Amino acid sequence: MDKYLTSTVKSIPPSGIRKFFDLVMQTEGVISLGVGEPDFVTPWHVREACFYSLERGYTMYTSNQGLLELREEIAAYEKRKIGVEYSPAHEVLVTIGVSEAVDLALRALIEPGDEVLVPEPCYVAYAPGAALVHGKAIPLETFDSDQYRLRPDILEKNITPRSKVLILAYPNNPTGGIMRHEDLQALVDIIIRHDLIVISDEIYSELTYEGQHVSIASFPGMKDRTLVMNGFSKAFAMTGWRVGFACGHPDLIAAMNKIHQYTIMCAPIMSQKAAVEALRHGEGEMRKMVENYNFRRKLILSGLREIGLDCFEPRGAFYCFPSIKGTGMSSEDFCELLLREEQVAVVPGNAFGSSGEGFIRCCYAASVPNIEQAIERMGSFLRRHSSALSNTGG
Amino acid sequence: MDLKRRILKLMENDAHLSAATMAVMLDASENEVRAAIEDMEKDKTILGYSTIINWEHAGEDGVTAMIDVKVAPEREVGFSRVAQRICRFPEVRSVYLMSGTYDLSVVVSGDSMKDIAAFVSHKLSTLDEVQSTVTHFILKRYKRENFIFEEPEEDKRLVVSP
Repeated sequence: MDKYLTSTVKSIPPSGIRKFFDLVMQTEGVISLGVGEPDFVTPWHVREACFYSLERGYTMYTSNQGLLELREEIAAYEKRKIGVEYSPAHEVLVTIGVSEAVDLALRALIEPGDEVLVPEPCYVAYAPGAALVHGKAIPLETFDSDQYRLRPDILEKNITPRSKVLILAYPNNPTGGIMRHEDLQALVDIIIRHDLIVISDEIYSELTYEGQHVSIASFPGMKDRTLVMNGFSKAFAMTGWRVGFACGHPDLIAAMNKIHQYTIMCAPIMSQKAAVEALRHGEGEMRKMVENYNFRRKLILSGLREIGLDCFEPRGAFYCFPSIKGTGMSSEDFCELLLREEQVAVVPGNAFGSSGEGFIRCCYAASVPNIEQAIERMGSFLRRHSSALSNTGG
Repeated sequence: MDLKRRILKLMENDAHLSAATMAVMLDASENEVRAAIEDMEKDKTILGYSTIINWEHAGEDGVTAMIDVKVAPEREVGFSRVAQRICRFPEVRSVYLMSGTYDLSVVVSGDSMKDIAAFVSHKLSTLDEVQSTVTHFILKRYKRENFIFEEPEEDKRLVVSP
């Protein structure tokens, strides 16, 4: 069958996480800090709103762009949260999660050979997304010493005449890094000077601890060249509903909608109805979940540091990204051995780009006893292996 | 919110959390957390600790009833004196003053319906202030103190995902 497959699809490496997933599935009694989603079930009032919509017979297509009532709620939400006004009629598109929105944007924007600038470590989908449209992802390295913020000099250095799109995904998966107002300000000039379009994946925006999330779209001159993408998966614990959205310039939204109408038609109406409920009445439950993540963020950070792992303090999302360089192991070896010996699953940092090598991603959307138990097991793992290291003079 | 109230919010859902864990979660020292809890135990903000048990699972068949009680209030003390008297009976689990068509709601547990009937007829109804009682037996528990009485919701997430 291989001969039938396109060279493009063959050029995309399979997800590094997939391999690890198979390994975890073969192991028993695993405590997993390897998940990428909330440990809360969708709040009941949202689920209930979905039942109600089914009872009322909402089982049909919606407009391609999504239910107008949902687009209105999204516009109001973005105005409230990032202070940018979007027209529900022309500047908002409801998608199957942010994943689809990113894909649509890249398909609408990238000509073969165009470059997509992607700060790394980052979520796994951007570079393959660029490759599928014959674009080229250019990794922009970020460092724990910079708290994983994108540095303006690193951005500038990597810009070429083919650079077209910059992806900003903050709060960041896997590092938990965020970009504050002044960090974004430092990029704005460069972005405008080089005429870049920004895809701002803000799916973790509500999970910002200490301070408010800031969107680059809110800076003067940036609204029209930024696609703000967000969704319901993380903040409202709605990963399986597959509903997200993009807000931006009407021409760009229209172009994305054109692809969306031929490939997807529309997001499922029951998910859209549930999303309306989440935006209208979900703030209270959401704040409770965020507070709860924040408790666990402090717990896991203090635990990781106590067992001797260097860890930058994550200010967003629900991940810690400690360094395991002191063990002398590669990220993959560390994760595999930790899984075999202590039955704790964490994700190797290099799954999120080569700059993630030497780090592991630990998700703290896990119960307090599980976090404590996982830390304890990791502690004994480290003690065992650091003594082995010093015995061999390592 | 002050430290004490933040501690209470955590403990309300999980009395098992250690002072050390709460200290990390709340950016306080372990000693501060311990002292705050001791204070609250002393001033009866924290009345005590108990366990929420699904007795059916444990194979025990106790009976619980909620009794609506109409009471004649007394000058100066209102309902308090008789309410406190009712509280003293060990079979009484909780007593609340209610708005509406009756005055006190009394929750009583016993080994059998007979026990509860005996309590109502011999002890409760015979109090001078008690004018009438209506007894409702609990048939099945679905939720109590935030806990749902069915199979626990297991973690249905994929163990590893991006």
